[in-house]
Amino acid sequence: MNARRVVAVVLPPLVLGVAAVAAWELLVQLLDLKPYFLPSPSSIADAFSGNVDRIWSAVRVSGTNALIGLLGGVVLGVAVSFLLMRFDLLNELANPMAVALNAVPIVVVVSIFQNWYPSTSEMPRRLIVAVVVYFIVLVNVSKGLRGVHATHLELLRSLAASPWAVLVKARIPNAVPFLFTALKIAAPTAVITAFVAEYFGGRQNGLGYFIPSNFAGSKNAMAWAYVLGACALGLAFYLISILLERLINKQSGPRPGGA
Amino acid sequence: MSAEPGTPNSVVVDRVSKVFNPGTSGEVEALTDIELTVTKGEFVSLIGPSGCGKSTLLRLIGNLIEPTAGTVLVNGKSAAQARLDQEYGMAFQQAGLFEWRTVARNIELPLELKGWDKARRRERAGQMLDLVQLSDFARHMPWQLSGGMQQRVAIARALAADPPLLLMDEPFGALDEMTREHMQAELLRIRSITGTSVVFVTHSIPEAVYLSDRVVVMSPRPGRITDVVDVALGARRSEDTREDATFFAKITEVREALRRVEGHVPVRGGVDDR
Repeated sequence: MNARRVVAVVLPPLVLGVAAVAAWELLVQLLDLKPYFLPSPSSIADAFSGNVDRIWSAVRVSGTNALIGLLGGVVLGVAVSFLLMRFDLLNELANPMAVALNAVPIVVVVSIFQNWYPSTSEMPRRLIVAVVVYFIVLVNVSKGLRGVHATHLELLRSLAASPWAVLVKARIPNAVPFLFTALKIAAPTAVITAFVAEYFGGRQNGLGYFIPSNFAGSKNAMAWAYVLGACALGLAFYLISILLERLINKQSGPRPGGA
Repeated sequence: MSAEPGTPNSVVVDRVSKVFNPGTSGEVEALTDIELTVTKGEFVSLIGPSGCGKSTLLRLIGNLIEPTAGTVLVNGKSAAQARLDQEYGMAFQQAGLFEWRTVARNIELPLELKGWDKARRRERAGQMLDLVQLSDFARHMPWQLSGGMQQRVAIARALAADPPLLLMDEPFGALDEMTREHMQAELLRIRSITGTSVVFVTHSIPEAVYLSDRVVVMSPRPGRITDVVDVALGARRSEDTREDATFFAKITEVREALRRVEGHVPVRGGVDDR
């Protein structure tokens, strides 16, 4: 991208964003809206800059929960998709079970996990993130491992390829774009799930605790400052997953019909 | 095209039948009592309306499926052993290139499976790219190539390990007419260098006649061989061959054989008349 195109891509949303914040500020000032209804951007900015350390510490807690849960869920999801690929019967048994389990609300699962661990443990939160990510990864990667083109399978058979060779030369490369599709969905979801899990008890240290508790205490500007931190965290996770995908695509090119 | 004494025939199909889903309501008699011999260096086309089992026969020769009765020999070995020994290369209607591999690495695939080291693979892929005249595209990805070019890469891949036999399942079926004729000429040029025997499935009559030493005509329900047309246009075919009187005479001969197959049931669109 040359400089001109960068400007063309970045400028419109930037202008719109600045205009929206300005309008928000103006609206609060002119209509004299009370801070408990809607704090002004300037007061949020004050709250943010005055509490950078506290916000950063909450972002780190939530970010760590989301990241560890994400990694755990990805590892588990990939591992189980390999197992299900290998054993058809297991796949038939596991699929309806996965769907049923996935239909259980997060809130319920959180309470179950919290009963397993002391109230100061971060484990239940990481577990719930892992479970949510696990399903996303499982569904997508399974599709990639199983959905190898029929011609590719016939070709490999004609070349007397071993099952191991079929896995390494066709199934795994075919599943890679599916894994990245899953990551793009799972990364922001992991952050949101971590917030929800933090909201439902346990240690009072993450964004999922501070945002509602500040609202409840009518410290609205402070709550919004935490929301700002939460937005940044979600965006960071999303950007990292896109960056990873770009890196892989640079090596193998875009794949029409790949994912 | 007679074989030298002592060299085994490329393909011997002996009283082969194939029934899919035997004993169930979905039972289909795909092939019945097939006898076919392809001598070394010969180019044989299988032609017939849809459902005549020509692709099934090709897959039996390649041991992608097993016959219900009869035996298949490839280069003097059982079809199963021949497959394990990579005695043949295969090309399909879809080029079937691995989209995550470069053109050169696609051609290297059979060599990787044979355990060749990297340097030797590189060298061989280079030679194959020269052969199919795509040397400038070694590092391209498949999606950057046209359909005809992809099919040329697929042929290079099928021939990379220098197998004595090439099995082709309507490889040019998805290409437009111009590209198709160009590819046919390319295939003959490549074969004149490698000397590979070819079994070629098609439903285009001119394509079968232009390429083959013999055209095997098949009929459906159940699939069987009804006619074999010796083409004998000679080794030196060119674009002029397509306007040759003998060429047209042979096309007529194959067409009439197919008409006898279809009998009083006109099968429109089953066979490509172009």
